[in-house]
Parts: sequence; structure tokens; C-alpha cells
Amino acid sequence: MIGELGQLALCFALGLSLVMAAAGLAGSRPDRGNNAAAMARGIANGSAMGMLVFVALAFGALVTAFVTSDFSVADVANNSHTLKPLIYKITGVWGNHEGSMLLWVMVLSLYAGGVALAQRGGARLTSAALGVQGLLAAAFLLFILFTSNPFLRLDPAPFEGAGLNPLLQDPGLAMHPPMLYAGYVGLSASFSYAAAALLVGEAGWARAARPFMLIAWIALTCGIALGSWWAYYELGWGGFWFWDPVENASLMPWLIATALLHSALATEKSGAFRTWTLLLAIAGFSMSLIGTFLVRSGVLSSVHAFATDPTRGFFIMVLIACAIGGALALFAWRAPTLQGGAAFDIASRETMILLNNVFLVAACACVFVGTLYPLILDALNGTKISVGPPYFALTFAPIFLALLLLVPLGPRLGWRRSDWKAALRSLYPALGIAMLAALAVLALASPRTLAGTGAFAVAGWLIGSSLIEIRKRKGARASAFAAVLAHAGLGVTLMGVAGTTLWRSEALDVVGPGDTMTVGPYTLRFDGVTEVQGPNYQAQRAHVALMDGGKVAATLEPERRLYPVERQEVSDTAIRTTGFRDLYLALGDDRGGGRFILRAYVSPLAPFIWLGGLVMALGGILSLWGRLRTREAAAPLPSAVPAE
Amino acid sequence: MKFVHTLLLFWLFVTPAFAVPAPETFADPAMEARARHLQRELRCLVCQGESIDESGADLAADLRHLVREQMAEGRTDRQIKDYLVARYGDFILMQPPVKPDTWLLWSAPFLVLVGAGGVATWTIRRAQARARASEEPRQDQYIS
Repeated sequence: MIGELGQLALCFALGLSLVMAAAGLAGSRPDRGNNAAAMARGIANGSAMGMLVFVALAFGALVTAFVTSDFSVADVANNSHTLKPLIYKITGVWGNHEGSMLLWVMVLSLYAGGVALAQRGGARLTSAALGVQGLLAAAFLLFILFTSNPFLRLDPAPFEGAGLNPLLQDPGLAMHPPMLYAGYVGLSASFSYAAAALLVGEAGWARAARPFMLIAWIALTCGIALGSWWAYYELGWGGFWFWDPVENASLMPWLIATALLHSALATEKSGAFRTWTLLLAIAGFSMSLIGTFLVRSGVLSSVHAFATDPTRGFFIMVLIACAIGGALALFAWRAPTLQGGAAFDIASRETMILLNNVFLVAACACVFVGTLYPLILDALNGTKISVGPPYFALTFAPIFLALLLLVPLGPRLGWRRSDWKAALRSLYPALGIAMLAALAVLALASPRTLAGTGAFAVAGWLIGSSLIEIRKRKGARASAFAAVLAHAGLGVTLMGVAGTTLWRSEALDVVGPGDTMTVGPYTLRFDGVTEVQGPNYQAQRAHVALMDGGKVAATLEPERRLYPVERQEVSDTAIRTTGFRDLYLALGDDRGGGRFILRAYVSPLAPFIWLGGLVMALGGILSLWGRLRTREAAAPLPSAVPAE
Repeated sequence: MKFVHTLLLFWLFVTPAFAVPAPETFADPAMEARARHLQRELRCLVCQGESIDESGADLAADLRHLVREQMAEGRTDRQIKDYLVARYGDFILMQPPVKPDTWLLWSAPFLVLVGAGGVATWTIRRAQARARASEEPRQDQYIS
């Protein structure tokens, strides 16, 4: 029953998305005496809300099927199990292809509802944006119904489900996909507004789309940080970023969205880069689509996923080609008609934003090429190459570091015309902090590395300049500190990255009860392993005492869990953090006789990696808060420098 | 997947007899560091996302063994890599080699950087010319 309800709700949602597309586009036309266009707008708004309701119903139906373990639904049977804890039954909804596509459409509908409710940028712009959003929703609903239907039945229903990949049975990963999707798919709002701006004339779109841009960027930042944190504590190798194609797929939209946030600000404040900002908005969501394609079609993770269901990959490919191609064609057609060209001096914030965009686009190109090149080369002539971390260390890292060097200058320069020398002079204290940071690293760190000294100098430069800015802006509205915080977050993350990659110490040993091993400054005593029965797994739990002189300072309990249903073993690491340094333990193979392999890492500054992400997101939240508090009337604003 | 199977089969036949017993860890810290570095530069052919340093797969363990064995025999990093590339192809290298096939891969980020930089320079020049033409002196600094 619940499956059929979900199916029906999806069909209704598809119908409404088509109505919304047609009505939205019709409503984008100017009023001509009669109220036809106004009526169309009303219909578009209504169908956006209706679609949201029906997609939510379908989503609720799938969640119910998972929670009640209704194994007559194929998706549930393939990805769930009665013994799974409730939270993982729920998160299992998006732990598989069909469910995650439904989550995708759910988020798309939420943003469509948001656009309809907020009515930012005027009725015509909103209507056109809803039209585009409707087209996107229709395409993805068709994709779900025809190739990835989560409500397909099994007859006879199996007695028990196949379970969920144990790696995914983790609280960190429970939150990661919805967060990431809120970002990924959130860029659809900017995309729709950009397309709408091209359709109806572009005044005020950047301002109208800004809250959606910010929400997407915040979610994407948190989603990426969560994913990296999960990889750190779950995969058991102490790494936080693997340059894995799936990770890259989330990084590309983030880089473009970051460029977009800056460029759109220039467009809004001084009317600069009008066409470029439109193009970035299109590119940002295109990156999300390409990412979805890479992850969802299976070209990446396993070479044979296309073969098992070629329709899926083909369908997404056509869908993406239409969306990106259509938007670019619209851009090529309408962009030349836009009045262009702002006037600004080379010493201005516009210049800095332009440079920000240059480096971010190059960084994105680097990730893009590094991710897709092996696939293309393989398809062209069968040559198989690997593009691993060393490639990105040689290409991405220098480009991104160059960007970071420029970051502090941006907020110090005013719009249109400003003074280089004054800006640089005001940054002297930050330069001092950078030098101090570098000296401190040289004095304290071992081994001394050029990379580490450089990284800390740059981090000091970023954080120092933010501190100056905070002092300067004392007493200003909270939103004035948004950029300052986000930039400081970059510095914090950089310190974490440098600390973990350059000064990590590790130890690997076969230990029996009573044996000790040392890692970095710590001495550990292995106190043996006990068997533990979890809800749906059996675990070997090691007891490792952290020694302080002769006393036990703490006990760490890394586990190895065997999930019998899925026949998979996962390590559950034990991490003890001081906030500045992580002690990280992972239990390895059983070597017999109570002896086990124990891996230990000491990662200096590891928590800073995600703390920095949090600080960046907080900057975004401040900016969003400022925006929503000073909510202006929906009328399009003049594109001259609007005061904020 | 088939590709991996072929490789695995291939592996079974080409694995040399383990003549010199290779240590799991070298006593000499410099040697050990070199081994770890080398292991990180080689991709595990089974779980393709990871290097053989991180991978828990049996093949990775065998490859680690092979690397250490060859190091114990006194071969250089270059020789060991060449040996492995001859058997498994460039796929095993985490850092793709620079050759005609990968020229675009290595140059693309910097080409984009230069291209975008060129466009930016052009944009700034035009904006500057326009600013000079209109010459409206503004000095509103520190607008958030």
C-alpha cells in the first residue's frame, strides 16, 4: 500500500512540475492588459507548493517503508534489515541509488518552494525561475520513475533484507548526504534565477538569488567537511581527503559556488561582471549535475556499473546535456543584449574579486581535469592512468595557495577605486603575525619543512588580517564580519591540513596483552581484546591504555566490527583529542594468540581541518542572517550601487 | 572488474619467488621512510581509490612486500617503479607520468589560469578606460 501511495505521489509531483514549468515560463511574460500572465504566476506558485507536498509524501512513504522494513519494496529489501538500529533504517533511505535520487528531488522541491514563497526579485523573475526549476524537477522525476523507481515491488517479498553497507552505518554519514545535497541541489536555485534573468532581463537577480546561493554554499561547506571528517575516523587510515573522484565531485561545485558568491557580490554592489556572474551560476549547478552523473551513473566507482544498467547513465547524460546545453544556449543568445561593462580602477575590490575568480576557476579546472582525464583517456585509446594525490599537490596546491595569499587584500580595498598602498599598509600587522607564525614553526616543529613554514605563514597572514578587520569593524552589524570569519576559516583549515600531512607520526605493531608501543609523545599499553555483541554486528574491542608515567591516563577502545548480514568488516577507530592534537587508534588483523595489529597515529592540529570548515560556514550564516534581517521589498532594485 | 581479474591472474604468474626475505618494517628509519613514501605513490589495483600503503587488500600486501624486497636488493625508486609500470602499466602510479598522452592533463590547470588571467587583464583594462572616461571620483572604502 505504502509503495503505491509513494508511486502515485511521485506521478502527481511530475504532473505538477510540468504545470509549474509551463505556467512559470508563461508568467515570465510581461503583463499585457489582461491578467493572463498574473494568473500563470499564481499557478506556478501553487504548483511549486503542491509539488513540494507530493514529493514530501513520496519521501515520507519511502521512509515509512524503510522504518517498517517492508521488504515487498525492492529498494528496502536490497538495502535494509530488521536488525538495523532505527536511525540507520532511516538514513538507509538515502544510502542507495534510488533513495538518494528521491532525496535529490526532495531538496530541489524545497528550493522551488523557497523561491515561490520568498518572491524575491519581482513577480516576473520569480515566475521564470520557477519555470526553470520546474523543468529540472520534471527531468529528474522522469529519471526516477523510469530508471530508478524506489517503489518497485518484489513478489514474493523476501523474509529478510540484504542490509546496508556497514561503512554507511555511522552517524557522520547519516547527516553527510542530506547536507551535501542541500548544497549541490541548492545551486539549482542560482541556476534558475540566472536563466530567469536571461529570459526576463537581468536587473536585480544576483540580489534576489543571494540567500539561496548562501544557503547552498553553507550546506556544501558543511557537507564536504562532514564527509572528510567521516573518512578520517571511519576509514581507519587517518587521512582526511583522498582526492577520490567522488570527493572531487563535491569539491568542484564548492569552488565554483565560492567564485559565484564573490562575483555576484560585485554584480550587486557595483554592477560589474554581469554576464560573468550569470555564467558562473550556470557553471555551478552544471558542476553539481556532472558530479551527480559521476557518482550516480557508476562510471567512477566500478567500471561495470554502466553495463548493468546503461539506461541510467545514458538518461542522466542526456539530462545534463539538455540542462547545461540549454542554459548555455540561452546565455549565448541573451547575454550579448545585456548592457555591460562597469567602470572601476585597478586598485579596487572588483579587481580582487576578479583575481579570486581566476584562481578558483583554475583550481576547479584542475580538479575537473584530474577527475575526468583518466576516464576520457581510457575511452579514447584504452590507456589507463591514475591521477592521485601527487598530481593535485603539484597543480591544485600552488594555485590555491596563490589565491590564499591574495585573500586578505580583498576586504581592505573599497569598491570602484581604492588605494593599494593604504590597503597594504593596513596589513602590516598581519604580515608581522605571518612572520611570527613562520618563525614559531621553524623553532618548534620537527621536522622543519619549507612547506610547513610556508603554510603557517599563509595561515598567519589570513587569520592576522581577519583580526585586524574585526578590530576595525568593532561595533558593526554582525553580517559585517561574515567575510572576515570565512577568510579566517581558510587559515584554520590550512593549519590543520599542514599539521596533519607534515607532522603526523605513526606506529604499526603486532601487540599482545601487556605489550607497549610508543607513537609520537605517547606510550600505549595493549590490554587485550574482548568480544562485544552490537545490535547488528559482532565486534572485537581492544583496550588500549594511554600511559602517563606509571599511571593509566585514559583508555581507548578501537574496534573491529563484523557485520554478518553484509559479510563485511569495518574498523571503528578510537580518537582522543586535545583539540590541538589527535591520538588515533585503529585495530587491525587478528594474528592469533591474542595478538593483534595495532595502528596508531598522532595527528597534530587535525581538528583544525573541520573547525576551519565550521568557521567558514559560520561566516556564511552571518551573511545570510544579515540578508534576511534586512529583507527588502520584492521589487527589483536599481543596479547602481545599492546601499546595504 | 574484468580488468582487475586479468591483473590478478597476471600477478599470479609474474610474481617472482620470494628470494630475499623482505622485512615488514626496515630497521633503518631512512629506509623505512623511503619505503612508506614509495608505497604511497603506488596505487592498489584492487581497491582503486587507495595507495598500496593504505589498502587492506592482499594484493597490496604482496606489492608492499615486493617493493621492500626490491629495496633490500638495493634497487632505486626509479627502478622499482619502472619494474612495476612494465608489469601493470602507468595505472599503478599515483602520479601520472608526463608524456604525450598526459600533456593536456598536466598543462590544463595552468592553461586555464593563464587564459582566465588574460581575460581578467582585458576586463580590468576596459573597466579602467571606462572609469577614466567618466572620471567620477569615488572613494567609498570598506563597504561590506
